[in-house]
Amino acid sequence: MDLQIALLLAQDGITNGAIYALLALALVLVFAVTRVIFIPQGEFVALGALTLAGLQAGKTPGTLWLLLGAGVTVALVDLVQALQRGSHRRIPRIIAWNLIYPGLAAAAIFLLKPAEMAMPLQIILTLVLVVPLGPMIYRLAFQPLAEAPVLVLLIVAVAVHLALVGLGLLFFGAEGSRTPAFSDASYNLGGIVISGQTLWVVGASVALIAILYLFFERTFYGKALRATAINRTGARLMGISTVMAGKLSFLLATLIGALSGVLIAPITTIYYDTGFLVGLKGFVGAIVGGLASYPIAAAGALLVGLLESYSSFWASAFKEVIVFTLIIPVLVWRSLTTRHVEEEE
Amino acid sequence: MQRAILVVFLVLLGIGPLVLSEFHITLLNYIGLSAVVALGLVLLTGVGGLTSFGQAAFVGLGAYTSAYLTTATDLPVWLAWAGGSPWLGLLAGLLLTGVVAWLLGTLTLRLSGHYLPLGTIAWGISIYFLFGNVSFLGGHTGISGIPALDLFGFELKSGRAFYYVIWVMLLAAVWITRNLLDSREGRAIRALKGGTVMAEAMGVDTARSKIIIFLIAALFAALSGWLYAHMQRFVNPTPFGLHIGIEYLFMAVVGGAANVWGALIGAGVITILKQWLQDLLPKIFGASGNFEVIVFGMMMVLMLQRARDGIWPILARLVPAARGSSRAVPQGAALPKKAMPQAGADILNVRNVFKRFGGLVANNNMSLTVRAGEVMALIGPNGAGKSTMFDCISGVGSVSEGEISFLGEPIAHLTARAIARRGMSRTFQHVRLLPGMSVLENVAIGAHLRGTKGVLPAALHMERAEEQRLLAEAARQIERVGLKGSMFEQAGSLALGQQRTVEIARALAADPCLLLLDEPAAGLRYMEKQGLAELLRKLKAEGMGILLVEHDMDFVMGLADRVVVMEFGEKIAEGLPEEIQKNPAVLEAYLGGVE
Repeated sequence: MDLQIALLLAQDGITNGAIYALLALALVLVFAVTRVIFIPQGEFVALGALTLAGLQAGKTPGTLWLLLGAGVTVALVDLVQALQRGSHRRIPRIIAWNLIYPGLAAAAIFLLKPAEMAMPLQIILTLVLVVPLGPMIYRLAFQPLAEAPVLVLLIVAVAVHLALVGLGLLFFGAEGSRTPAFSDASYNLGGIVISGQTLWVVGASVALIAILYLFFERTFYGKALRATAINRTGARLMGISTVMAGKLSFLLATLIGALSGVLIAPITTIYYDTGFLVGLKGFVGAIVGGLASYPIAAAGALLVGLLESYSSFWASAFKEVIVFTLIIPVLVWRSLTTRHVEEEE
Repeated sequence: MQRAILVVFLVLLGIGPLVLSEFHITLLNYIGLSAVVALGLVLLTGVGGLTSFGQAAFVGLGAYTSAYLTTATDLPVWLAWAGGSPWLGLLAGLLLTGVVAWLLGTLTLRLSGHYLPLGTIAWGISIYFLFGNVSFLGGHTGISGIPALDLFGFELKSGRAFYYVIWVMLLAAVWITRNLLDSREGRAIRALKGGTVMAEAMGVDTARSKIIIFLIAALFAALSGWLYAHMQRFVNPTPFGLHIGIEYLFMAVVGGAANVWGALIGAGVITILKQWLQDLLPKIFGASGNFEVIVFGMMMVLMLQRARDGIWPILARLVPAARGSSRAVPQGAALPKKAMPQAGADILNVRNVFKRFGGLVANNNMSLTVRAGEVMALIGPNGAGKSTMFDCISGVGSVSEGEISFLGEPIAHLTARAIARRGMSRTFQHVRLLPGMSVLENVAIGAHLRGTKGVLPAALHMERAEEQRLLAEAARQIERVGLKGSMFEQAGSLALGQQRTVEIARALAADPCLLLLDEPAAGLRYMEKQGLAELLRKLKAEGMGILLVEHDMDFVMGLADRVVVMEFGEKIAEGLPEEIQKNPAVLEAYLGGVE
């Protein structure tokens, strides 16, 4: 390996690492607020990428059917509950978000010819389709179990992951997709070629992290989420709805996931089940941060990206083995530095 | 009734191959193979509260080890002993799996709840990719030409013959698991879910118990893998991937993870459903693929929302259970007792102990002594630091600074377990019983250190004599505290005051020379308090030292030989009960100043 290759691999590693860092942040956020270990995070990466590819190819993306289906189900569940509890005031809201919004999205897809749109509009349309799925899934799968032990929530998360992978296969088929790069530019920096897409990915990741930081530090909803993460009961006593916090954290996680998918779709071919491994690499990063620290999680994710890129050069067949075995020393290190506290049932 | 159902089930299993078609035999074989793995998860997840998504990797280890050893023609010299025979392959597979599981277990089991399952996902993926990329394991094409099992000279080539091997091994595994759970080690394992602090204070090595169930679950998985390899006579990485590992966990959860039979039901339901859906769904959707995961995923979510305990409890409710209270009280010879220290000798000596939680000083320079054959009462307003003092003495919490000696030995830095072994036992202010277990079993946990038989004798039920003596001891202590009538009730169904009394019985079952009682009279009625006072006087007369925290002043003053009063973490007074009652500092602490 000469310096040229080393730098090229570093560039690759940082690009992927930036994506893993975004996912790691979302995972830490969801875990802190809802105690859900959000295994399905990766599925939203795949959904984001495949939806964008579908829109560009002029196909109706399967995500639309997913959104319509989830919307109808949530509407039914919520309407039954609203009627049982006699809270009729909630009905217009339920219908607007779960039936009218997906309907409008469907109309946009069928009437606007997304294949001919500019890429930024296609990306926005992708987010419009994918992001509401997060809160809807929270409503259906996790909200009824909000007080359950972490272990039960984890099993539910794995179950949701399985269902979404199956649905991904159903709606998108087994073929992979790749989207055109955001920019074809490349820059020569002292002999190293840096591609425009790399800059896009790294830039977008940094920007997103900055926005998230501002959101948590400066906005009311951000502070509400932080309060819930620190003390659920306390936050609820202060009038912060746990349901709102849960849905909001899922919304953010889905947004981050879908955007990550959009960002890496030009770099690698994405299949319906690619997201899982991508998400898990974010996880390894998040675990480095103990599922609690945002900066350490991001640094851990970057490390995963670099490790993956260099091991694909040295021992490409064992790339995944090396990346996922990294978790063992990390866990040992964590077990030596954290004091075990019993979780009572 | 239950026995009759079991007999019918076994007879049906036995005659199955004589009447069923080849297809159904194969299906039953797969159910049996999965049930062995799911059984391990029942022990691990349902009973022990730990979770693994990576069991399929252990199945793979068992399968690949035997596949490699029985097919390789150029085994290295150090491995040559294990070559050729499937039975040696089984031994090697179990050994390898045991070592790997032990390593992974020691690394991840010390961490809190969710790290273990995450770890299992990660190494589940690692091992899967390893199978697919190692050339001597055949890469993604796998290993073929694995020899069939031979048993007493017969080659088991047909599915029908193999059926009996699988189901005999499964039933043996069920038997072993049930035996283990119904034993001293089993009670320690059942305490893992929500009772580790209590179990450690009773002398149970909970870390060891966790490793044990993790190992057993891994070994069951490896056994299933070995059976699979020699039934299929071919292995490749596909059935050992993470998604299959997830499926095993689903089996345990669907069937009912708290009961061994749940594993069989779950394996049956998921295997049959998968078979059916794999036929049906591709026809509906007009495409090929593993669409059954959609149904499985949604089913699991609904299941965990609506019936978290799985199918087994629902089925079990249909069969009338034998009435618990009609069971016979266990009888057995008394266990050996430790000699009590000389009456009047100092047994506990707490000197200048500090306990700090960050900036809060919960115990500030506390000193006290307890002598053999006396009741020492520790009183003070709420929040004075009495329970913290108890935790420091019994090793449940750590001491920040200072010295504690017990029977002349420094114990300030020993674990709760080591202190319990030296003859100190305690109750908890917030009752720490295992609500789903009977009163008898709860009390028997107290006698944990008075038994010695380990996992293997327990699994084979070769420790019945000792077990009988332990249960008899527990029964005697229950009788002694006056709860004989509730011996077979679930501990969680008792009134709070009675649960506190069960805690006393549990502490007594440990044969302590120093008893720490944290508010034992709270929630008791007048007559019950009288009975408790009577019991404590009797224990005192036998030479036991008792350290008592209590708010009922009549109770304390009538019973205590000496009293220490705490306020804001400090000792404000010490002396005889009548002196304390007149002490101005104490009066001010309890009633407030007069200015």
